[in-house]
Amino acid sequence: MAKVKGAVKINQNRCKGCDLCVVACPTDVLMLQPKEVNDRGYHFAFMNNPEACIGCASCATVCPDGCIEVYRVTIK
Amino acid sequence: MTTEDIIRPENLVYRKPRLLNDNHMHYCPGCSHGVVHRLIAEIIEEMGIEDKTIGIAPVGCAVFAYNYVDIDWIEAAHGRAPAIATAVKRLNPSRMVFTYQGDGDLAAIGTCETIHAANRAENIAIIFINNGIYGMTGGQMAPTTLEGMKTSTTPYGRRVDLNGYPLKISDLVAQLDGTCYVTRQSVHTPAAVRKAKAAIKQAFTNSMEGRGTSLVEIVSTCNSGWKMSPAQANKWMEENMFAKYPMGDIKNTVKK
Amino acid sequence: MEEDVRLMKGNEAIAHAAIRYGADGYFGYPITPQSEILETLEAEMPWETTGMVVLQAESEIAAINMVYAGAACGKAVFTSSSSPGVSLKQEGISYIAAGELPALIVNVMRGGPGLGTIHPSQADYFQATKGGGHGDYHLIVLAPATVQEMADFVTLGFDLAFKYRTPAMILADGMVGQMMEKVVLPPARPRRTDEEIARQCPWAVTGKPATRKPNIMTTLELDSYQMERNNERYQRTYRLIEENEVRYQEYYTDDADYLIVAFGSIARICLKSIEEARKQGIRIGLIRPITLWPYPYKTITGLSKRIKGILVVEINAGQMIEDVRLAVEGRVPVYHFGRLGGIVPNPNEVLDAFKHNFPEAQ
Repeated sequence: MAKVKGAVKINQNRCKGCDLCVVACPTDVLMLQPKEVNDRGYHFAFMNNPEACIGCASCATVCPDGCIEVYRVTIK
Repeated sequence: MTTEDIIRPENLVYRKPRLLNDNHMHYCPGCSHGVVHRLIAEIIEEMGIEDKTIGIAPVGCAVFAYNYVDIDWIEAAHGRAPAIATAVKRLNPSRMVFTYQGDGDLAAIGTCETIHAANRAENIAIIFINNGIYGMTGGQMAPTTLEGMKTSTTPYGRRVDLNGYPLKISDLVAQLDGTCYVTRQSVHTPAAVRKAKAAIKQAFTNSMEGRGTSLVEIVSTCNSGWKMSPAQANKWMEENMFAKYPMGDIKNTVKK
Repeated sequence: MEEDVRLMKGNEAIAHAAIRYGADGYFGYPITPQSEILETLEAEMPWETTGMVVLQAESEIAAINMVYAGAACGKAVFTSSSSPGVSLKQEGISYIAAGELPALIVNVMRGGPGLGTIHPSQADYFQATKGGGHGDYHLIVLAPATVQEMADFVTLGFDLAFKYRTPAMILADGMVGQMMEKVVLPPARPRRTDEEIARQCPWAVTGKPATRKPNIMTTLELDSYQMERNNERYQRTYRLIEENEVRYQEYYTDDADYLIVAFGSIARICLKSIEEARKQGIRIGLIRPITLWPYPYKTITGLSKRIKGILVVEINAGQMIEDVRLAVEGRVPVYHFGRLGGIVPNPNEVLDAFKHNFPEAQ
């Protein structure tokens, strides 16, 4: 059976660390940086668990700042 | 397969629309405005009507909408967006004209313009962000503030004996013969965002086709004004706002 | 439509002149004594002929914002009202000025303050010439004295508004709005095409083609330094208008010992008074400012050096007299005669007032 694998690219400087993508992710891929902040002082989101990403784009769909690019491949 | 292997142009499934430019939005983290701005940019791109679209920005947090979505805009005086949209559309009938307004702008100071534009069946789309509070001025009571809800001008909660009732303006507007489509949506989950996008697209299509006035209410959060985290605000909205402002179409006269 | 000679009211002349000018839109709300403008436009149905939009708005406020919108699109649009309604429009007028937009506003003045009376007045002089709305701005203010000028100033007002990208106002009174006279209507000009608007008004909000950046009409600027620069730009425009657009009419000033200054229909009454005075050997001249802003200060300053006194006649409690006094710089006495509450003086009253103020003239 084909397996879907995804990845996201997050515009770290645009991200405001609102956490909504983290909440929306069905596979617990994303997390906010616990310590590091971006140029504007926000704990930006990153792929903490990239293996689990299915490229469903839920995170990008709810992102208020359009920070997230979603990529997906189907592995046969 | 590594993340780098996946992040290649041929595998791209979603990126922010071109018309949503790279300016940092001034909105608070988690604000619903950003999602709706992005949807508007996506829809205009998908419909291929960038050169036919004129947006009317309000007074309120979204006053700077014109800094983020790269189309032609007119910034309206507080509440007057539907009057401005009326003139723009009548003088430029081939254009898709929409207003973007908050609850204070649309349902308090601009109630007259809202109702009369809708009653004249102006061929415009109204995007109505209802978060039950005045965001830009610092969290004062809005006409849509829920009973008991605390704001900076109802510090002990809205009391109907003092402040009247939350105004369900969309239900009011739906009564008017001039409206063809009135719907209430939200953007707090991926599924809700997809529905809201379809609704806004319908409203924009109605403007292009000259079917009358469309109003898309987006029940939204103002986590700063509500003094919650964005995730908590979404939950609070589901539990409290949706009871007063239920989701779904209020009126749709457009035959599918 | 060819040139046409007609008998009509001043208000009707404005409506016909606007259609013939090639105006793109009118947005108004009924109020006496100017409702004939909207009524005439609705009866003429110019949307069937020139494509001009005519709309009875839900309020004066909505109407002026529709004008702001149309002007932002580069269209030639106008509104009309009378004093209380024009008060309601002031916020929108301030936006139009701040947006550096061309638009025409007609005020057919009635007596105030408050709901006042429906009879003629000139009591909105301060409002029209000194600001009216919030912020530092000016309107080009044209004061018609005849039905012919009601028609002519539509063209002049639009032309000046587009030349300087600033709102212009026709400040008429209820008398010139309501009275009927012969008027020569100009031949019709076609409305500008969308291509002409895009060329002449590259700033216009039209829908953004891929070839240009977004056009954004906003009056908000939170950067105070940029807002100061914006204001300086407005002021440069106003200085340019002051240098180039002062208009006035002089009668009998060559040999005058005294001067009457009056605007609008009152100037015509004063002319009758002056002709009667001259029969009695009293040499009075008349200055009728046509532009109330910019004001003909220099002309009055010059005349004040060779006359003995000035009577300012207005149907208000004394408004334009302040500008006359600024021009006169204390050289000669400046007195005021006015009726209030919608009453128009007759020529004998004006002459009596003159003699009362200048008894040595007889």
